[in-house]
Amino acid sequence: MTRSPLLLLLAALLHSAVFSRPLKAQENPYFVAYDHNLEEPGNLEVEYFSTYGTQRTGNDFHAFWTEFEYGVTAWWTIEFYLDGQSPFHDSTVYSGSKWENRFRVLKHEHWINPVLYAEFEDINGTDKTLKEVVGHDVESDYLAPNGLTRSEHKREIELKLILSSNTKGWNFSENIITEKNLSNEPWEFGYALAASRPLALKAAAKRCNFCPQHFIVGAEMYGGLGDRHSFGLRETSHYLAPVVGWNLPSGWTLRLSPGFGLNDNSHRFLLRWGVSREISGFDQLVRRLFGAKS
Amino acid sequence: MKPVLLLLALCALLAAASESAANSGIGHYGFNSPQFRLGADTYGELRKAPEKAASRANPLQNDPDALTAGRLLFEDHCAECHGDDAKGGRKGPSLRVPDVLDATPGTLFWLLTNGVVRKKMPAWSKLPEPQRWQLVRFLKSVEAPKLSESVDKR
Repeated sequence: MTRSPLLLLLAALLHSAVFSRPLKAQENPYFVAYDHNLEEPGNLEVEYFSTYGTQRTGNDFHAFWTEFEYGVTAWWTIEFYLDGQSPFHDSTVYSGSKWENRFRVLKHEHWINPVLYAEFEDINGTDKTLKEVVGHDVESDYLAPNGLTRSEHKREIELKLILSSNTKGWNFSENIITEKNLSNEPWEFGYALAASRPLALKAAAKRCNFCPQHFIVGAEMYGGLGDRHSFGLRETSHYLAPVVGWNLPSGWTLRLSPGFGLNDNSHRFLLRWGVSREISGFDQLVRRLFGAKS
Repeated sequence: MKPVLLLLALCALLAAASESAANSGIGHYGFNSPQFRLGADTYGELRKAPEKAASRANPLQNDPDALTAGRLLFEDHCAECHGDDAKGGRKGPSLRVPDVLDATPGTLFWLLTNGVVRKKMPAWSKLPEPQRWQLVRFLKSVEAPKLSESVDKR
């Protein structure tokens, strides 16, 4: 009973990915930071991201995740993640799932635009996606082999205040992060800062893959801020990462980011890349799947 | 098994959200349809543009490439909802109505920037300002449908 609708959904996803109208995305190039731009209503964006990380005194790793991002309304976007990872010379494991909601607070565009973010994570100890750094997250936390960490089960809630501005072609985003493991651990804090700009602000008067307006470049910086018992920039990790995104007219977006640890608690190097495609009219497709006539 | 259940829950949520959107008047055609009532709400938003914003002139009005670039931007970002010919689509109202055709370039720019987020029109501030002005240039070139087209639609 459960497989049939799932297969239908997968078939529908595949069908829409192949045959849906190409919808040129205008995505930011960030991997960690969020801006205030939400998914367009009714559209589904399917994204795959990958992180290669170096690990001192241990095996380097490859973490990966898939995101399904759906615009419920113009002020509410939901996102579902499936995570996995594979250290070199170790097993490949599924490391958990995450639900995320983003709510645009203000009706109009302002100098600073706040968005509220709430996420529930159901993950195990193998998670190495480094989608955010909070509390006293340090490189040595990622040292233990999968056999030891996969039995550790974590249920966490994460809240973010996203502040973002678009001005003169630039986007500036600041994220204030707080996370709580529901098993009686303290609130942890983190931050992410980002800025980006397209290479050209005007659109070209022709169809082209390599026109400069399709390339967005920038940088993001993120790290932990300790927990409620010991707040601050020490005894945690921090990263700086240039980012580049390529929004292809066919609806695909490619992202690349080499990241560098800024202190001895950080992984020395993180190489991230991602590919995503926006599927237009997914709401209509789901309605038909569940029996609506049009 | 858990990811499968989560995916199914996601489907159910999406279906509920989509159904809710459908009941709110999205997804129908015709002048007397809920889509056009939705349009009326959206057009009303045009009148809320502050005077200072409404009086802004299009800095790309005389740019020879702005019209073509604007048309391509419209195809990429707007036609999905408003239709290839801007006559309205499954989700968005027609842009070939007097409320839009008579709006000043500054008013259209203001609406594009802010969207009508409570009524499903996203804010397009993620497009750089010159691209929004290129879109405005295209929108100002769109003409009202001829009488015969209106009759056909009805």
